Parts: sequence; structure tokens; C-alpha cells
Amino acid sequence: MRLIGQIAVNVFKESVRDKVLYNLVAFAVLLIAVSYLLGQLTAGQDMKIIKDLGLAAIASFGRLIAVFIGIGLVWKEVERRSIYSLLSKPIRRHEFVLGKYAGLALTLLVNVLVMTVAFYAILAYLNTLYPESIQVTWPAPATDPGMLRAILLIFVELLLITAVALFFSTFSSPFLSAALTLGLWVIGHFNDDLRSFEAVVESPVAAYFARGLYYVLPNFGAFDIKTQVVYALPVPWLYVVTTMAYGCVYIAMLLTGAVAIFSRRDFK
Amino acid sequence: MDAIRTEALTKHYPVGFWRPRAYVALDGLTLDVGQGEVFGFLGPNGAGKTTTLKLLMQLTFPTSGRAEILGRPVGDVSVKRRTGYLPENPYFYDYLSAEELLHYFASLFGYGAADRRRRVSDLLDEVGIGAERRLQLRKFSKGMLQRVGIAQAIINDPEVVFFDEPMSGLDPMGRREIRELILRLRDRGCTVFFSSHVLSDAEALCSRVAIVASGRLAATGELSEILAFKALGWEVVMGGLDDAVLESATASGHIDRATALGGRRYALHVPLSVAPDRLVAEFVSQGAELVSVNPVRETLEEFYMRKIGAVSRDRGLADVGKAPASSE
Ligand SMILES: Nc1ncnc2c1ncn2[C@@H]1O[C@H](COP(=O)(O)OP(=O)(O)O)[C@@H](O)[C@H]1O
Ligand SMILES: [Mg+2]
Repeated sequence: MRLIGQIAVNVFKESVRDKVLYNLVAFAVLLIAVSYLLGQLTAGQDMKIIKDLGLAAIASFGRLIAVFIGIGLVWKEVERRSIYSLLSKPIRRHEFVLGKYAGLALTLLVNVLVMTVAFYAILAYLNTLYPESIQVTWPAPATDPGMLRAILLIFVELLLITAVALFFSTFSSPFLSAALTLGLWVIGHFNDDLRSFEAVVESPVAAYFARGLYYVLPNFGAFDIKTQVVYALPVPWLYVVTTMAYGCVYIAMLLTGAVAIFSRRDFK
Repeated sequence: MDAIRTEALTKHYPVGFWRPRAYVALDGLTLDVGQGEVFGFLGPNGAGKTTTLKLLMQLTFPTSGRAEILGRPVGDVSVKRRTGYLPENPYFYDYLSAEELLHYFASLFGYGAADRRRRVSDLLDEVGIGAERRLQLRKFSKGMLQRVGIAQAIINDPEVVFFDEPMSGLDPMGRREIRELILRLRDRGCTVFFSSHVLSDAEALCSRVAIVASGRLAATGELSEILAFKALGWEVVMGGLDDAVLESATASGHIDRATALGGRRYALHVPLSVAPDRLVAEFVSQGAELVSVNPVRETLEEFYMRKIGAVSRDRGLADVGKAPASSE
């Protein structure tokens, strides 16, 4: 455990120095610029759009980081052979993989936290610009804490994407890993369609196959509750918790696979 | 108990994409290294030295055979606590300083903060890294990375260290410092196993050597025993040498070859049958002066060639060296 922690801290340190966190500045600037423009255009009628945009931005920036560092970290370490000296220290290969993952999770956590704080700060500021007569037309207050549920699930989705990226990068090139991760993510978004595939096709084989994929592939669509929270529709905690548990089980399986592959690997 | 022991250690790499064949990088290496030895692992480029070290560090897995360090199978974490490893052309993390890197590695051994600070600063002094220790490693030259690599290899006061080409990338001054460091490690009782393709590195340091060529052990033992190095003759450099004197010495067979170095200086190749001291005395009496006398010996390359030739005669030519093995 201690070793995993030390490796994780090193990952975090390196990603900070590698200017990964600069994306946060981009995030804040983008969000401020867009909400300012929208405010001008709609005169405060549509806080929903700004919320929707903000949540989408948190998710997208997070995904970029998750994919790029998720793939880059292990690959870079192997490619540049810094792993040679690291693995000669008293650590086991699974500790290396888990340490890398924990470091990435830490980097993502800090990112999401900072973006969330910036997001709420901007919303709070916008709130001061509009009179009560406009505010009462909004489905939820500007700084509705209910949005935190959506952000929580975004974070778990990011952890899942990272695990997928890390899994692929333990045995394939960065380009292939990125393509596979992206492919899985896209399919995972249409997962619900796979479930009801038998309604569309005649062939039972195709339907079984689609069913199989539905159960095997990660259901990324489940993590997206943006629309519900923006319209202040109820999202039960039970849903949030089961979805998180689903994500964690999936992550555990991916990490187990990554460890199994990585432990048998020859380094060139 | 031996410090290092390998038994018929063999590594095949698959090569070729469409029809993968096995390339034999290491072929049945059996070796023992005793505790406290400075052991040179010599061979030309591509001989299989790095492959052997990677197998000992379990960075790759053997196709067959086995290896032990300090009586335990390689890869055992308790062994890693007691060993150190300098990879070939080491590379670390761009954004860490030398000091931070060593702190990180020291923390993996579980040393406390005060202990870590002391170790790190002592080590950096020992390998000759001064104020640069606060610089990020991406700004380091190859020679400086090599020094950092050596420092990280001995951060845990190991009982056995593995150095892969420790002198590469260093200037003559640096090479000497590393040689001295290796001798200091030996004096502390540490077993040093290092690879090199340069013979002189080994001569200055080793109690024993192994010579590998094309993945096979060609010879092992004391350097002076293995290599017929007494051999070939002498190179005598003389200044102020008269042409006439030179001609008569050549005519009488005392000199095989003379190379003019300019300003009546000559490098003379003297056969083994001629005593160089007598020859030099004679030249000096004719008004020449001695610049240097050196033995001319078989080079490692010549030795490998001879050895590989012998191996191939033993086994039949088709089976030699780099020939790919039939796929498994
Ligand atoms: N990952 C690999 N795949 C294929 N061949 C390799 C690989 N690593 C090394 N080799 C080959 O194995 C042989 C031995 O290499 P190496 O152990 O690096 O030699 P040395 O360190 O003695 O110079 C070389 O011919 C090299 O090309
Ligand atoms: Mg080598």
C-alpha cells in the first residue's frame, strides 16, 4: 500500500510539472467567455444552457486528461526505459500498475475539484446579475447543489475511462490504445440500443450477440445525468450509488486484467 | 552461497511479423559469481550482455533455464532489497531533479526522511554531481545521467550490484572516477557484476571475467588466464631515430614494421622473439631516445573472432552464433 502511494504521488507530481493542470485555465476561460456571451444573448432566460455547457466541459476536459495521461504514463515509462530502474527496486509489477492508476485518479480528482469550484463560482456570479423576477423562472437555483450528483458520476466515468486506457496501454501502442479507448467509449454510449437490438433485427444470432455486447461493454451512457440535473428532474441517490458501484466493479476487472498482462510482459 | 548463479539461461526473441522465428539472444549461459567478486561480463555489441542483465532483473523472462541471486530466484522482492541495477543508457523522469529522483527511489525502500536526506546527499557527492542536483533531469547530459544511474543503483547499500556498461557516456576522467567507485564498493564487501565491451575497463578492476559472444559463453576465469594476452609483440616509440639505424634493424628482423610519426619519431613494431630492452638500449646508444614501450596484445575483438571460429568448427558452421533457431 505504501509503495502504491509513493508511486501515485510521483505520477501526480509529474503530471503537475508536465503542465497537465494548465487545462484548468483553459476550462475557466472558456466557461467564462461562453457564459458571458450567452448572458448577453438571452438576458438570463437560459441558465440551463450555461449549466449544461459547464457540466459538458467538465466531462470533456476530464476525458481528455483521462485518455492522454492514462495511455501515456505506462507507455512512456516502458518506452523510455525508466521502468528498468524502477522495477529493480523492491516493488512488484502489480504495485506499479496500481500506483500509476492511483496517481492518475488523484490527478483527475484535483482537476475535477478545481473545475467544480470554478463552475460554481461562475454560476454564483451570474446569479447576481439577474433580478428575482427572472430567477423565479429558472427550474432550479443557479448554484443548485443537485448538480454535484452529475459531477460525481462524471468523476466515476473518468476513472473508468482511465482504467480502460491503462488496460489497453499495457499491451498496445499509444495510438492503438487511444483508438480502442475511444471506440469503446463511443459504443458504450449506445449501449442501451444494443439491449433492444432484437426489436430491430430478425436474426436471433445477431440479437444474442448484441445482448452479449450489452453485458460485456461498459455502459458509459449510464453516467450521463446532465439533462436530468439541469432540468432539476429527480435523480434518486439509489441510481447514483448503483451506477458508482457498477463503475467500480468494472474498474476492478480492468485493473485485474491490466495487472495480469503487465506481470507477464517482457520489456524490450 | 554464490552471489549470482545462472543455469543454462536461454532467451529467444521472436523476430519477423508474418512468420515469427526465434532469434537466440542468449544460449545456455551457465555462470557462478562468488560473493565479494568484481566480475566483468565482457563481449562485443550484440553478444547478449544486456539480455542477461535484464533476465537477472526479471525485466524479461527466460525461454528456458534459471537464475538465482543470493540463493533466491530472481524477481524475489527480498532480493531486490539487497541488490542494485544500473540499466544500459539509463533514463529517468524528465520533470524530476536528480535529488527528487533519488528521494523517490529511497522512499521505495522505506527509509525515513532524515535517513533519505543523508543518503541522497552523500550519494550525489560520491558520484560527483554538485549543484546540478537541483536541475530537472531532462537537462542532464548522457554522462550525468549515467552518474545518477549509478547513484540510484547503490542507494540501498546493496550486497550485489549489476552495472550495464557503467563507463559508457563518460569521459576518461569520469571513467576513472567510476573505476574508483567500483573498487570502493568492493572494499565494502559488495559484489559487482558489470558488463562492458571495453577490455581495459575489466583489466583494471576484475578478479574474474566471463566472455560472451553471439549469446554463448566463450570463456570464463581470470583475465590473464583466458586471453593469450602475453602474445603478439611490442610497440616501441622512439624519438631522434636515424634512418640508417632503422633500416639495419629492419633488415636484421628486429623490427616488423615502422610507422613514421613525424620529426624522426617512429612507432616500431617489435616481434615477441626480440627482447625490447636490448633493442631500446642499442637505439639509445645510437643517439635516439625512448618515448614509450607497450605490449601489443590480442584485442577482445580478435579474441572473440578466434573463439567464435573455434565454436563454429566444433558445432558445424550452420549452427553458429546468430543463426536463428528453428521455431519452438
Ligand atoms: N527485444 C528484442 N527483440 C529482438 N531482438 C533483440 C531484442 N533485444 C535484444 N535483441 C538482440 O539480441 C542480441 C543481444 O542483444 P544485447 O543483449 O542487447 O547485446 P549486448 O548488450 O551484449 O550488446 C542482439 O543481437 C540484439 O539485436
Ligand atoms: Mg548492451
